Amino acid sequence: MTSSRNTWILHVAILTAGVLAPFLFPGYTTQIALLWMMILFALTWDIVGGQMGYNSLGNIFFFGAGMYISATVQVGMFTDVGAYTSARGGEQLVLGYGDYFISMFAGMGLAAVGCVILAIIIGLVVFGLRGPYFAIGTLGIALSARELFSTWEWVGGGSGIAMPVYPGLPDEKSLVNYTILFVLAIATFIFVRWLYSTRFGLAINAIRDDEEKAEAMGLHTMRHKVVAWSVSAFFLGMSGAVFGNMTGFVEPMEVAFPTITFGIFMVVMSLLGGKGTLWGPVIGATVFHVIKEVTWTYMLGWQWVALGVLIVVNVVFFQQGILGWVQEKWPEKFGIVVEDMSAEGEEEAA
Amino acid sequence: MLNNIDLLTIAPALNVQLLLDGLFIGAIFVLAAYGLALVWGVMNVKNLAQGEFVIMGGYFAWHLGTLGLHPILALPVVFALMFGFGWVLYEAIIKYVVTRDLFTSLLATFGIALVVQQALNLAYGPEVRTADSGFGTWSLFDGLVTIAEIKFISFGLCILLAAGVVTFMKKSRMGQAIRATSQDARAAKVMGIDTERVYAFTYALNAAICGAAGVLVSMIWVIQPFYGVPHSIRSFVIVTAAGLGNLPGVIVTGLGLGVAEQYSGFVLGSEYQQATVVGLLVVVLVVRMLQYARHRQVVQ
Repeated sequence: MTSSRNTWILHVAILTAGVLAPFLFPGYTTQIALLWMMILFALTWDIVGGQMGYNSLGNIFFFGAGMYISATVQVGMFTDVGAYTSARGGEQLVLGYGDYFISMFAGMGLAAVGCVILAIIIGLVVFGLRGPYFAIGTLGIALSARELFSTWEWVGGGSGIAMPVYPGLPDEKSLVNYTILFVLAIATFIFVRWLYSTRFGLAINAIRDDEEKAEAMGLHTMRHKVVAWSVSAFFLGMSGAVFGNMTGFVEPMEVAFPTITFGIFMVVMSLLGGKGTLWGPVIGATVFHVIKEVTWTYMLGWQWVALGVLIVVNVVFFQQGILGWVQEKWPEKFGIVVEDMSAEGEEEAA
Repeated sequence: MLNNIDLLTIAPALNVQLLLDGLFIGAIFVLAAYGLALVWGVMNVKNLAQGEFVIMGGYFAWHLGTLGLHPILALPVVFALMFGFGWVLYEAIIKYVVTRDLFTSLLATFGIALVVQQALNLAYGPEVRTADSGFGTWSLFDGLVTIAEIKFISFGLCILLAAGVVTFMKKSRMGQAIRATSQDARAAKVMGIDTERVYAFTYALNAAICGAAGVLVSMIWVIQPFYGVPHSIRSFVIVTAAGLGNLPGVIVTGLGLGVAEQYSGFVLGSEYQQATVVGLLVVVLVVRMLQYARHRQVVQ
């Protein structure tokens, strides 16, 4: 009973913090908005990577694809995309409030739907790959999308698309984006929490533990894998759409498909917090993002080296993650009886 | 695009140029891919830092060049340096990865790759560099085809190096131990082979081979701190397409990849050269997947 009451208090505290944060720290609205996005990243990566055991290095593909879908929709509703991009941002779209929000939400919706369709098509191909081939294959997809979009002239090629200008003041814009990302992250968390409590959650855990056996027990593994990936793609696509509007400029290398930054961050954050757990990605994302934001600018170019070292140390010496370590240390706090400890240990090792 | 194809039929000599350039570059890809196949086959580590080792070797050669040492003479020095680097890396990190699951090795070596490329960027800056070897160029077919002498020399060095490594694997005591370990690590251990040392040696040898390949890259092509990723992907394409322990396959695929890249770079434009490599990776993986699917159906 007490633990469920504690969970309630925790949830309410997080929600209150999320609502109050932009008013308490108005100078950091964008950074905190990015924190919510990072939590979303880690949660969606963990569906396939942690819970299902398929370690993808290319989830960032859906982020970029969603961004491009929403960008073309938002621009395409008012003008010809090809002509607009060939002007190289010479004249940006200026819209009223009504048009702006209608096009933005239409863009987000279509980004989500489009990414789910892409996830189904690509999933049917890549989920035939196992282990390292899957990781390399998904990395290849993210990298080839990058190359593809930077040569595709209709969407602006390497010079990208300028997004419509927000009709109001910059502060208002960052508050709007903050709210959307906050709501998205919370929605992702609630959805994922529900998903893990259903039979579907058990099924993808079974795929992680032993795919052959799961299949032999009559589980339609391919369908489960594709659906799990589609869930990731759905939320990632929407977050990509919002991020495109936040930066105001969509470009393939650094903004849409940042394989080496966001694409790797999501893996690192999940691992840091403890993959295959509900709260692990949230904790990992928060710790990682806060440390990164505080120290990043003081490291004078060494931050990337530090990131690489963090990955190596995390993967090689601390793979159970923060939450996994805490669970090992104080199993009784998690309602784990001591007899179950070996089973718990096995699960973490997997 | 069609203009370029026309150009090839009008001036067939250009094909000679593309073929030769492709073979010269492909020979270097073969070296790096052979190193990957070695590490993959012997210790089951998927080394994503392969391309970074290549670039690192290239920078060592370039650096020694600025100190007045000719790149070709720098080759053995870089070989030794990278061997040491590989050994240290093994003792520090890879040792703990060998027995773990596949993703651990992939992500750990990815982290190493990140550290190496960023460290090179900090040390040498993001400019594109070439080690100057000071050889001339030949023109054939009225200047339609130009070939740098250094490319021939590099090709020769590639063959020499590959022959050396293969002989080493066949004849020497350590080479035999490596092959025994890759066949059955437990049995090798029972027979008194120090597998731990074999692993360290294999990883170090891979780093050294890559470093030597990097020296050649720095002489006939360009190096830049972030150019390692395509090299890694190439190695994976070649090894995945050829299969493990298939040296002739690796050689053919490597040379073929070199030629294919030159052609796509010429026909489609140089901005597609990277896309070709990545595209080929996806194609190779899909083909592999279909093979597995058929295999699974047969089993069913």
